[in-house]
Amino acid sequence: MAFTINVNGADHTVDVDGDMPLLWVLRDELNIKGPKFGCGVSLCGACTVHLDGNAIRACVTPVSAVGDAQVTTIEAIGETEIGAKLQDAWLEEDVIQCGYCQAGQIMSAAALLANTPAPTDGGIDAAMAGNICRCATYQRIRKAIKRAAGLDTADTRG
Amino acid sequence: MPLDNAEQLPAAGLSRRGFLRAGAAAGGGLLVGLNFAATAAAQSAAATEGVLNIYVTVGTDGAITIVNKNPEIGQGIKTMLPMLIAEELDADWDRVTVVQADADGAKYGAQFAGGSFATPMNWMPMRQTGAAARAMLIAAAAQQWGVGAAECSTAPGKVVHAATGQELDYGALAVAAAALTAPDPATLTLKDPADFRIIGTSIPQVDTMRILTGQPIFGIDVEVPGMKYAVYEKCPVFGGTLVSADLDAAKAMPGVIDAFIVRGNNSTEGTLGGNVLEGLMDGVAIVAENWWYANRARSVLNAEWDTRGESASDAEHAAKAAEAFASGPGDVLRDDGDVDGAFEGAAKTIEAEYSYPFLSHAPLEPQNTTVAVHEDGSVEVWSPTQNPEPGRAGVALALGVDPSQITIHMIRNGGGFGRRLNNNFMTEAAVIAQRAGVPVKLVWNRQDDLRHDVYRPAGFHKFGAALDDQGNLVGFKDHFVSFGQDGRPHSSADLAPTTFPVEYVENVRYEQTLLPLNMPTGPMRAPGSNALAFVFQSFLDEVAAESGKDPLQFHLDVLGEPREVVMTPGFMGPQPGFNNARMADVLRIVAERAGWADRASLPQGTGLGIASYYCHLGYFAHVAKVTVDANGGWAVDKIWMVGDVGSQIINPTGAVNQCEGGCLDGLGQMTLGLTFENGQVVDSNFNTYALPRINKMPPVDIHFHITDNPPTGLGEPALPPVLPAVANAIFAASGRRVRSLPMSGASVASA
Repeated sequence: MAFTINVNGADHTVDVDGDMPLLWVLRDELNIKGPKFGCGVSLCGACTVHLDGNAIRACVTPVSAVGDAQVTTIEAIGETEIGAKLQDAWLEEDVIQCGYCQAGQIMSAAALLANTPAPTDGGIDAAMAGNICRCATYQRIRKAIKRAAGLDTADTRG
Repeated sequence: MPLDNAEQLPAAGLSRRGFLRAGAAAGGGLLVGLNFAATAAAQSAAATEGVLNIYVTVGTDGAITIVNKNPEIGQGIKTMLPMLIAEELDADWDRVTVVQADADGAKYGAQFAGGSFATPMNWMPMRQTGAAARAMLIAAAAQQWGVGAAECSTAPGKVVHAATGQELDYGALAVAAAALTAPDPATLTLKDPADFRIIGTSIPQVDTMRILTGQPIFGIDVEVPGMKYAVYEKCPVFGGTLVSADLDAAKAMPGVIDAFIVRGNNSTEGTLGGNVLEGLMDGVAIVAENWWYANRARSVLNAEWDTRGESASDAEHAAKAAEAFASGPGDVLRDDGDVDGAFEGAAKTIEAEYSYPFLSHAPLEPQNTTVAVHEDGSVEVWSPTQNPEPGRAGVALALGVDPSQITIHMIRNGGGFGRRLNNNFMTEAAVIAQRAGVPVKLVWNRQDDLRHDVYRPAGFHKFGAALDDQGNLVGFKDHFVSFGQDGRPHSSADLAPTTFPVEYVENVRYEQTLLPLNMPTGPMRAPGSNALAFVFQSFLDEVAAESGKDPLQFHLDVLGEPREVVMTPGFMGPQPGFNNARMADVLRIVAERAGWADRASLPQGTGLGIASYYCHLGYFAHVAKVTVDANGGWAVDKIWMVGDVGSQIINPTGAVNQCEGGCLDGLGQMTLGLTFENGQVVDSNFNTYALPRINKMPPVDIHFHITDNPPTGLGEPALPPVLPAVANAIFAASGRRVRSLPMSGASVASA
């Protein structure tokens, strides 16, 4: 059936099964490839997008559940102040190895900073626990979040 | 840009002798395309660019395009190799655009991501490539000015004639330079490393901004006109054959276009061995309008498989290993001195058994490939592969086309770790696309990936050591139970007869027993070493504890006086031998950085462990600091790493990033293990195959010890010592010896 969803400020109408996860509507119907497929069951966070500003896993969110909510993906997160700061910080800290998870990491980080402008290390651990980075760029993700938040980036845990 | 540990990197500076040695050793560029074939034929006065060689094009506007020849898997090669060219070209990096080469061995030579080979193989050839282009630009300027080329020099992006103060931008010289004959690489003068401006500086990956803005640059993002989406259902038991499947039910599902059976060769032969159809298993392909429709339709296939009674399991392997240990000697791999005599005459002997499980590579981007079979019979492949040429051979054989009819576009890999050295997904995609009659993107789901990997093999070791009354190691033995057939170990399941400490103990015996296995194995980041470092360096720490010596001193005593042991010629031809003085140096330095001498002052329950390992031409020693609480809960507080990978760290930020990654990859392997039952992998996702998350990443102190040796690779050698350093620290903190992986993340009690 037809669904009209708002993605990155634009309405899109798709004719798909209502059970189809938002991830596959974005990737295969709308050609919005930033959100990534990693696990399909909300275990890795590569598909993280925002629904009205909240970080959700698009791989387990049926398109029928999106309704009127505003979907924001990595492609548009740079248009927000927090998103732009995070992208700058990710570049400054040279976070990326393979880069596959990083869209999801930034979307989770953006949701974190929107709610908690100055997160602690424990707060970062909790907010980012759902996002796997197989290359293990976690040290730099931590620093980039702190940098974007205007915090001291030194690792004080060890 | 602020950089972890960047301040520890000395300014680029190296003796002339070291430079020349580097050139001589890395000059075995036999496998690298140093192709300066004439390229000027098509240049005209109206040209907007000058093609100086197959890697370098200079636009008339001064913009420079550099080709990266190797697959990018997250190791940063697409930035690093062009840095080598740009340095010797004397390019302005801000004006450089990097483009990715297709797979073309005739043009580029070897193109693969593996073995940390890229640096030693390309260090000189890529620099020579840049130097050749620079020489052509200088020659063009000299002609224009009517002066000798020797009077000219370059500054970033331009040729300079100091005597007259004239300058010409590379863009103004591009077309004229391209018309010149490329110089003989042997005549080129390369930069003195003291003059490097690009090599040795931290440069972010060239694709970083595209990744941060969600641009479609991974294999899974490929879209081609008319493309459909596919899945491939295979038997969960390796080598199983398809008996039946309800294709009609699948075809009746929404969005499904077609469903059909594919017959494979069902070989479980692993990566880099066996025939090129390796891994093409019987299966059912489903093609749909959207990947999710294709994947959902698998649930109605009701596929029935003939699994030939396969019932192997972890428990069975462990039982067979125990039998092998009990029944005595295996096949002798090495027998030096008088081992039995050394043990009989020893003041003390130590025995211990170690084991480790099968592991999956689990790159975060699931396996995928897009294939279009064109009307003229040519085949176009877009694949995130680490190793395109075996894929080409597999596709050619499977489709019955000539390899020359196949174009392989190497697309960025969402992680590799060795998994994509095997291209079974590429062959599957090609077969499905040919049968479907439309371009197809095949994407595996996570269960496919974990259950159809080419696995890091499990292994079992029974060690013995003999000490004299001074606590010196006088005898050493290992009975290794691994997997193989007809006396030949499976891929990455071997124990090299040169494995340390074989040359450093007078009496040594290595034996091997090979068990049958019906699952494919293959290289995983630091293959062999990722397991052998854990068992050998942990057991040596046990022996050190029994020797009464400080573990660091014990290691240094085993290494002994400086000498170089000649290694077996490998893939790249003769290689420098294992130099024990280089290893002793990194051990001493890491101990100093970690405060090893003061470790007695650490609180109760906190301990330091030390370990070292040599692989992929790199020397690494690590110290781990671990705290174990009263309930056995353990946490890694910090890791110190010191590496000697030669005279030059090419891109420091990338180098440190690789070491940080290797650190957590190693830590993850302490607690990761696949479960294998009834002939199949049980794990299907990250719930049970629990990759480490952000809270497990400890602070890491990384230092590169710069030495007068040729630069070597960093993707792998930082990983292996992590495991034994942590295990040895757990022992220091708690008295618990970790001999069997995986251990529980929650408690050392399971060790």
